[in-house]
Amino acid sequence: MAGPGTNAPQGEASFRNIRVQLLLPTWAMIGIFLLLPVLLMAVYSFLTKEMRGGVIWEFSLAAYDQFFVNRGLFGDEPATLEWTYIAVFWRSIVQALVATALCLAIGFPTAWFIATRPVATRGVWLFLITVPYWVNLLIRTVSLRFLIRENGPLNEGLLALGVISEPLAMINTNFAVQLGLFYSYLPFMVLPIYAAVERYNFALSEAAADLYASRWTTLREIVLPIVKPGIIAGCLLVFVPSLGAFLAPNLLGGAKNFMIGSLIEEQFKKSLGNWPFGAAVSMILMSLVLILLLLYARNASKSEVR
Amino acid sequence: MALRSVRHYPGFAGVAVLCLTILYVPLIVVMIYSFNASTSITNWGGFSLRWYGEVFTGPDAPRFKAAAWNSLTIAVLASGISTVIATAAALAMLRAGAFRGRSLTFALINLPLMVPEIVIAVSTLIFFTMISFQTGYLTILIAHITFCIPFAYLPIAARLQGIDGSYEAAARDLYATRAQAFFLVLLPLMAPGVISGALLAFIISLDDFIITNFVKGAGMETLPTAIYGSVKQGIKPGIMAISTMMLAVSILFVTLSYLINRKGRPVTSG
Amino acid sequence: MSGAVDIRGVAKVFGTFTALQRVSLSIEDNEFFTLLGPSGCGKTTLLRLIAGFETVTEGEILLFGQNIANLEPNQRPVNTVFQQYALFPHMSVLENVAFGLKMKGMDAPSRTKRAGEMLEMVHLSDFANRAPAQLSGGQQQRVALARALAPQPKVLLLDEPLSALDLKLRQAMRLELKQLQQDTGITFIFVTHDQEEALTMSNRIAVMRAGQVQQIGTPREIYEAPVNRFVADFIGETNLLEVDVAAIVDGQAQVVLPGGFQITCPSATAEAGRHHLSIRPERMTLVPVGSGLEATVQNIVYLGTDLQVMVRLDGGADMQLRIQNAARVQVPAPGTRVGLHLEEGAARLLAD
Repeated sequence: MAGPGTNAPQGEASFRNIRVQLLLPTWAMIGIFLLLPVLLMAVYSFLTKEMRGGVIWEFSLAAYDQFFVNRGLFGDEPATLEWTYIAVFWRSIVQALVATALCLAIGFPTAWFIATRPVATRGVWLFLITVPYWVNLLIRTVSLRFLIRENGPLNEGLLALGVISEPLAMINTNFAVQLGLFYSYLPFMVLPIYAAVERYNFALSEAAADLYASRWTTLREIVLPIVKPGIIAGCLLVFVPSLGAFLAPNLLGGAKNFMIGSLIEEQFKKSLGNWPFGAAVSMILMSLVLILLLLYARNASKSEVR
Repeated sequence: MALRSVRHYPGFAGVAVLCLTILYVPLIVVMIYSFNASTSITNWGGFSLRWYGEVFTGPDAPRFKAAAWNSLTIAVLASGISTVIATAAALAMLRAGAFRGRSLTFALINLPLMVPEIVIAVSTLIFFTMISFQTGYLTILIAHITFCIPFAYLPIAARLQGIDGSYEAAARDLYATRAQAFFLVLLPLMAPGVISGALLAFIISLDDFIITNFVKGAGMETLPTAIYGSVKQGIKPGIMAISTMMLAVSILFVTLSYLINRKGRPVTSG
Repeated sequence: MSGAVDIRGVAKVFGTFTALQRVSLSIEDNEFFTLLGPSGCGKTTLLRLIAGFETVTEGEILLFGQNIANLEPNQRPVNTVFQQYALFPHMSVLENVAFGLKMKGMDAPSRTKRAGEMLEMVHLSDFANRAPAQLSGGQQQRVALARALAPQPKVLLLDEPLSALDLKLRQAMRLELKQLQQDTGITFIFVTHDQEEALTMSNRIAVMRAGQVQQIGTPREIYEAPVNRFVADFIGETNLLEVDVAAIVDGQAQVVLPGGFQITCPSATAEAGRHHLSIRPERMTLVPVGSGLEATVQNIVYLGTDLQVMVRLDGGADMQLRIQNAARVQVPAPGTRVGLHLEEGAARLLAD
C-alpha cells in the first residue's frame, strides 16, 4: 500500500476550497484568546505597577529589576544579584527534575511490563493506568493530602503496625511537595513510554541475546536508544507541568515550600498584587519552557532525518 | 533456572504493581472514608451514606450545586464548541493539500499545550482586564474553549489520518456530492475520533482549576474552585463524597472512550 | 467517429513532477483496454483523471464525444473499482452496492432490488447484510465490482483490482472479469503492472513508461512486435543483445551477432548502427553443432513445465532459452557444445 504522499492527492485535498473557512475559528480562538494575551503579558511585564493591582501605561524595567537586582532595603545600596526569586526558580527546577526522575524510575518498568503482557490483560493494565490520568488533579492532590496528614490514615496505619512510634510530619514539607509532583504526573510518564515500547520490535532483543548481550546490556544498548523518543516525551510531560505546578505546593507544602506557580499567583491577588512583576515571572517561566520544547523539537526532527 | 523470554526483566512486575498502588491508594482511601459514619475524618465509625446526603442537603449544598451546574454547563459547551472547531481544523490540516502556513497553524493549535497553564491563566486575566471584559461565566467558557481545542484536535486528527482517501473518492465516484461524501462517508468514519476528542475536552474542562481560578471573577465558582476553597480550611467529609462522585464520573468517561476506541478500530482499507 | 474514451494531449503535473506528458489514446466502446506499466509510469494518474479525482493540467478527455475534463467525479458516468476496494466499513454489503443508486436518486425499493441483483451476479446474495470486514479478500473484490457496476456506468475503471488477492484467486478472477466484461458490454479500463494479467484479459494494451505511452496494440502485437527495448524487456522474458547492424532494407535488418554470425530479422528502427536485438527464449531450439550459431551450455534450471538452458555464445554473450520439459527431451550437460536455431519471429531489432 502506498504511503501518504506517494498515491496521495485523491480525496486528500477535497476540502481545499474551504480551507480558510475551516481554519478561521481556530485561528480566531487561539489567536485572540491565547496568542494575543501572551503578547499582552509580555508588554505588561515592561509596564509600571499600580498600587491597587493593575498597571500604569509607562515603560519600566522595574519588574525585571526586582527579579534580578538587589539594591538593599531602601534601594540605595550598590546593585548586586538578587537571589530570592532565582532561588525559587532553582528550587522549582530541582523539584521538577527529581519528580521527573522518580516518575521515570517507576514509569519505565511499568510501561515495559504492560507492553509485554498478552493482548487480553494488556487492555486491563492500560485501563488501570489511564483512569488516574483522567481523574481530576485537584481531587487526586486532595486525596494525597488526606492520606499523609499528621493524623491521616498513613500515619495511623504505620503507628498501628508499630513501624513508627510518633506520627511522621509529612504534610507541609518539601517531601510532601515532591511526593505530590511525582504522584500528580506519574501517568503522564507511563503512557508515552508504553506507546514507544509497544512499537518496539522484540526480535531486536532476541538478536542482541543471540549475539551474547545480557538482558541488562540489551536494555542499555538496544532498547533504550530505540524507545528514547517515548522516554523524552514522557519526561517533558512530567517536567513542564511540575515546573509551573500550583496545586501540589499549595495543598501539600507549607509557606516555606514556595514554587514558581505560587509566586506568580501571589502577584495577582487583589491587595498585594504586582501585575508587571507577575507578568515578568510568567515570561521567564514561559521562556524556560519554550526553550526546552524548541530543543526537543529540533532534536526530534534531527532524529527523523536520520 | 527456567529460560525466560527476552521480554522479561526481573523486578519490573513488582514496579508495575507498586505504580498502580501509588496511583490508587489515595483515591481508594478517600473513597472508603467518604462512607464513614463518624464526624471525625480520622476514625472509622461504620458505613454510612450521610455525607452524600450532606452534599445535597447540607448548608454548603446550594454553593456546590451552583458550582456543579456551572462546571457541567461550561464543560458541555466548551467541549462541544471546541470539538466542532477542532474537527474543521483537522479537515483543513489533513484533507486540503499542502499550503503555506500549515506548520504555523499546527503550532498555533498546539500552543495551549506548550504554554504552562499558570502562564495561560495570567495572560488571559490580563487580556480580559485590559479590554475591560467583566470576568465571570463567559470568560471561563471562552478560556476553556481555547485550551480544549488541542485536546479535541489530537484524537480527531489521528483518526482522520488513518482513514484512506479512497473512501471519499469512492463516494464521489458513486455520484455523491462533496457534502454527501462528507456527511455520509467521512464523518461516520471519523466519529470515534470526534467522540474521543469531545470526551477528552469535556474532562479537561471539568478538571481545570488554575485557569478558571484566575478568570472566574468574584462570586463565580466551578466545582474545582469550590472544592479548593473549601479544602483550604481543612478536608471535610463532604469533600470526600464529592471527590468520590467525581471519581466515578471520570471512570465512566474512561470506560466510554475505551469502548468507543475499541469498536472503531478497523479504518484503513489495506 | 469517436470511441468510448478519447484522451487528447492530456498532461498532468504535480508541483514539479510531471506524471503524464501529453498522452493521446482512444479507447473503443465495448473494449477491455489495459494500461500497463511499472509503478510511477502514470497509468493510475490517467485512470484517476478519467474518473475525475484529479484535474488535467492540459488536454481534453472525451467520453462518447463529450468533454468531461471539467466535470466533478459525481457528474461522470464512469465508476471505479479501487485497488483496496474502498468498501465503506460502516455500511453493509447491500448498502455499499446500493450507495451509487441512492446518490443518483433511485427510490429505496428499486435500489434494494437492483443491488440484490448485482449481488446475485457476483454470487454473494447470502452476504448482503454482512459488514465488508467480515468478507474474504476475494468476496470484497466482488462486492467492489458489484458496487461499481450497479449504477450501469458507461465505462468501468479498475485500478489494479487483483493485486490484493493471492495467486490462485487472481488467476480465477482474470477469467471472471473477462467474462463479466463480455456479458455486460461495458468498456473496461484496467490498470495493472502485471504483464501476464494484461496479456490474458485485454483486447488492447497501452504500455506506459515515465508518463508516456510506448506502444498500443493487441496482446499479440505487443508481445511479438515490441517497438522498443523497454516494451520488449517489460513484456515477457527476452534476451537483449547489443549488436551491430550492417543495413536495414524494407524493414528487415542484417544483424551481426557477437561471434560474427549473421542473421536477418524484422526491425523496429530504420537506422543502421548499434542497436539492441531481442531474442525470445522460447523461440530458440537446440540443434546439433555445425548448422550455424554455436554456443556452450553453462547451466540448466529445472522449472517443471520447462527447462531453462543458459548458454554462452562463442562471441561471449550470455543467453537463455526455454525448452519444453517433454518426455523425449534430451538434457545437455553443462559444458556441452550446442547449435542454436532461431525460429520464425524469434529475433527482432529494437529502437531504443
